[in-house]
Amino acid sequence: MEALIAVVIGVLTAGGVFLALRGQTFPVVLGLTLLSYAVNLFLFIMGRLAIGVPPVISAAAEAYTDPLPQALVLTAIVISFGMTAFVIVLALKARGELGNDHVDGLQHEEDRNR
Amino acid sequence: MSGFMHLPILPVVLPLFAGILLLALRNRSLALQRGVSMLAALALVPLALALLGTTADGTHLVYKLGNWMAPYGIVLVADRLAAWMLLTTALLAVFALLFAIKAPSPSIGLGAPLPPSPADARGRGEGIGEGADAGPLCPSGPTPTASPPPPQPSPQMGEGADAGPTPTYDSNGRHFHVLFQLQLFGLNGAFLTGDLFNLFVFFEILLLASYGLLLHGGGRLRVKAGLHYVVINLVGSTLFLFAVGTLYGVTGTLNMADLAVKLAATPAEHAALVQSAALLLFGVFALKAALLPLYLWLPAAYAHTSAPVAALFAIMTKVGAYSILRVYSLIAGDSAGPLTQLLDAWLAPLALATLVLGMLGVIASTALRQQAAYLVVVSIGSLLLAFGLGSTEAIAAGLYYLPHTTFASAALFLLADSISRARGELADRFESGPAMPGARVMGGLFFVVAIALAGLPPLSGFLGKFMLLRAALDSPLLIWVWSIVLITGLLGVIALARSGSMLFYRTHTAHDPASLLRPATSTLAPVAGLLLLVVGMTIWAGPVSDYAADTAAQLRSPQHYINAVLGAAPETAAGRASGDMSLIAGATP
Repeated sequence: MEALIAVVIGVLTAGGVFLALRGQTFPVVLGLTLLSYAVNLFLFIMGRLAIGVPPVISAAAEAYTDPLPQALVLTAIVISFGMTAFVIVLALKARGELGNDHVDGLQHEEDRNR
Repeated sequence: MSGFMHLPILPVVLPLFAGILLLALRNRSLALQRGVSMLAALALVPLALALLGTTADGTHLVYKLGNWMAPYGIVLVADRLAAWMLLTTALLAVFALLFAIKAPSPSIGLGAPLPPSPADARGRGEGIGEGADAGPLCPSGPTPTASPPPPQPSPQMGEGADAGPTPTYDSNGRHFHVLFQLQLFGLNGAFLTGDLFNLFVFFEILLLASYGLLLHGGGRLRVKAGLHYVVINLVGSTLFLFAVGTLYGVTGTLNMADLAVKLAATPAEHAALVQSAALLLFGVFALKAALLPLYLWLPAAYAHTSAPVAALFAIMTKVGAYSILRVYSLIAGDSAGPLTQLLDAWLAPLALATLVLGMLGVIASTALRQQAAYLVVVSIGSLLLAFGLGSTEAIAAGLYYLPHTTFASAALFLLADSISRARGELADRFESGPAMPGARVMGGLFFVVAIALAGLPPLSGFLGKFMLLRAALDSPLLIWVWSIVLITGLLGVIALARSGSMLFYRTHTAHDPASLLRPATSTLAPVAGLLLLVVGMTIWAGPVSDYAADTAAQLRSPQHYINAVLGAAPETAAGRASGDMSLIAGATP
């Protein structure tokens, strides 16, 4: 189980890094999204893997899972969701203003001497 | 008494509520929005002064949110360092806001203004959910055509004759004041929080507001620089979370004081793990601070955003420097287990390299705004060099230098804007141009700013550098520090002298003097105000440097901070620690 989760996080991160290094904005956005998935999973796992145990105190429970990473990951998900939405809008705006979807917005002669 | 008790949280909630109020007032007159925003910014100054007065005797004001006990709940901690940063931010914000309200905003310097396009319309209100269907976007004034608007504020109505139809920076697009206040919210929160994950949250708040401010007003170059800035900071946030997750996985806590205790007692088999997490965290803070390999985003972003925003951003890199100082003084002090003196091998050499490359950028700059942006990189090099040397005197030198360089860089950004408007279409490029109207006043101000930034006597830049050089006397890096700081100082003098003579002396008569705008006194007043602060830091250098020395001494003995947060009795801390461990152990199947 641990190995599987580790591999999943590793693959997500590798894919995210690869895509984030592309030249077009759309793959970059996808790469950032994959990176945020990877880190969310990573944060969640930091409370250790546990199956079928409650996070809050109960008389019947024999063991507990750590509730804090769950709260952290919820915050992280909300933030990364908002950031992704923002970067998509920004990428669209850049596409509109720069006339192409390259991250450096090439091919603008009048920008050269600035 | 209760007001005093809640003092540490006031600088955080005040801008938040002001921001929310301004969002509700977004369809009201611009004058009202300006008044509310200015009032909120001004109110931060006495709050910061009150905190400064309370913490000056070395107390740590600990504010437990929801009254939860320290390692479980989130705490805000106000100490000398936090109060110092709050005061710097508040003073800077007042002048940046004053400039945004008063100065006319040009469209020159940003490439040809594009006609508003539908994509433009969608992009303008980003950052604020409701802005997605933002109304018309012409730089100002009533828009004849335009989509059926949600009631467009008639921005100039409240202005009367004095401002007339001239667009200003805050009327150049919607929600400037909201974003400005939320930026202050994020900054103040980051300075006050005592919890690592909470620091991440405040970082995100200040970054999201900074994205909106950076892009405020639009323009092609701004969008291009903004895209880089946003993407690189999103990657930085991801790395921050990885580091936080690793630290939590090993120690089971995120409270910085508790983290310091737990990390000092890290068993040997986890040493590599916590070291890599701490270095990853350092990488993130270095990215925010624009330290050597990670500074490339800064010049483009700062040079292309609007002047008041660039001025406010002068404090943004210092947030990274602050975080390095705060976190590593706690978790990597003299007795911190596997993390002891972790950054010694990295911080000072990287800061020296940043100083060199930043100064090369200053010399190679082709425009004043760009030069100002590289001077921010140089100042972060000096600042982190002081923090990296690590002795009490060096940290004190850095803390004295920090407000000085913040105010001086901000003044240069604001002045560069007036200069660029007075030179017509040449803007702020270093080319021989027409004689500027109002050149005497601006030249005088430029002279003072240049003296401050280059670190020449008699202003505080010289005092800060002198303190830094003296603190380096017993450092193993002595030769490197002295040679690099002095040579880059000389290069800075040369570069600024060249810029000044190019802008003010190598001029010819304008072909069309009417096209050049004489800067209004109200535009230059914020610059003069910031310079007065620098002069004040020089005149009262004694008390200010004493305070900086006290702050440095406080940072060098983190045990007080830990005791203040966790409660003084060490045995309860130990008991709580074992309780935590059993909880974690119980969680592991």
